[in-house]
Amino acid sequence: MNIAILSGKGGTGKTTVSTNLAMTLGVSYVDCDVEEPNGFIFLNPSIQKREDVFVEYPVIDQKKCVLCGACAKACQFNALAKAGKEIVVFEKLCHDCGACRLACKADALSYVKRSIGKLESGMAKEINCYRGILNVGEPMAVPVIRKLLKELPKEDHLVDCPPGTSCNVVTALKYVDAAILVTEPSEFGLHDLKMAVELVKLYNIPYGIIINKDDGQDNMVKTFCKANEVKLFGTVPYSMEAASLYSKGMMLCENDNHKKNFINMAEKIKEAFTW
Amino acid sequence: MKIAISATGQNKESLLDRRFGRCDYFLIYDTEAGEFEAMVNNGVSSGGGAGIAAASQVIEENVSVIITGNLGPNAFELIEKAGIKAYSCEALPVFRTVEMFQKKGLSEINAAGNAHHGMK
Repeated sequence: MNIAILSGKGGTGKTTVSTNLAMTLGVSYVDCDVEEPNGFIFLNPSIQKREDVFVEYPVIDQKKCVLCGACAKACQFNALAKAGKEIVVFEKLCHDCGACRLACKADALSYVKRSIGKLESGMAKEINCYRGILNVGEPMAVPVIRKLLKELPKEDHLVDCPPGTSCNVVTALKYVDAAILVTEPSEFGLHDLKMAVELVKLYNIPYGIIINKDDGQDNMVKTFCKANEVKLFGTVPYSMEAASLYSKGMMLCENDNHKKNFINMAEKIKEAFTW
Repeated sequence: MKIAISATGQNKESLLDRRFGRCDYFLIYDTEAGEFEAMVNNGVSSGGGAGIAAASQVIEENVSVIITGNLGPNAFELIEKAGIKAYSCEALPVFRTVEMFQKKGLSEINAAGNAHHGMK
């Protein structure tokens, strides 16, 4: 079973919740926030495997090219353009879809590979850890996320997702069976939580909520959960101690004051998703 | 000769838009006919590569000159390769920018500006 941890708003505590829950549940941790994967800072696994992620982009044989411009017209991503006596290729915009080769009547197109990121895996204590890393300056994260999730071995995973509700999150959701939405009791947190709720509903993914930086009051997120009959798995308190442990890269679940909280949340999650 | 001007509106009194890839319209001025023609910029609706879409469009119109604010790196590359000269101008009414160009009062854009300069 794969469970996604997502949030809508960034910085609500997806990584805090997913690393601590993975450790508590004893399941694999997968960081697919490939633009800024930070889960390994806390889990600190020994990396056993590294692998490049490649995408293909077109190169044009100038001797065969008749400058008809059909490839540029076929490209939906503006990765090809005709300028003067040349077809110019913008490789970073290429989505590797293959339309340009189908459009080319002169057989002037072929594809070459380039690396846009890498996958890493290893072990932290007794759990398997996986992550994707997008190279700095690359605009397209989806191929890295897709390869990471597609090639996971059949076991139980917690999937730490990117923030927002963009293609990157949608790609990750294609590989999960359930979702935990992490939010904070702020207007911004609630606003983006609603977007994340809409997204998981769209894919019929069962979900529940964890409130991070919880003030212990009857706050707006709790009101939202009650009004919409959404399951609340638990809360992580708004505390100087939690923030301090986090800032040192330490795990909350290994601290006596927080351990029980994560065990309780893990139990509720197992029950809700009949896991 | 045809001149493309990035514009905020569809007539010659509209102001020049200093953004190239994300401007709403291009006004094409035909120096022989002395007339302006407006067209919607394809770049404005593209998810990415707006400058490329916009540059491809004006290249297809066979313009010799572009008047705009800045050109991003991708648009600059295409325009240079297509042999089109680009000139920088402030946000003035479009007909004024053409007058200034004809009096040689505009400076040529010789280098690309920042990427994503025109994102709203």
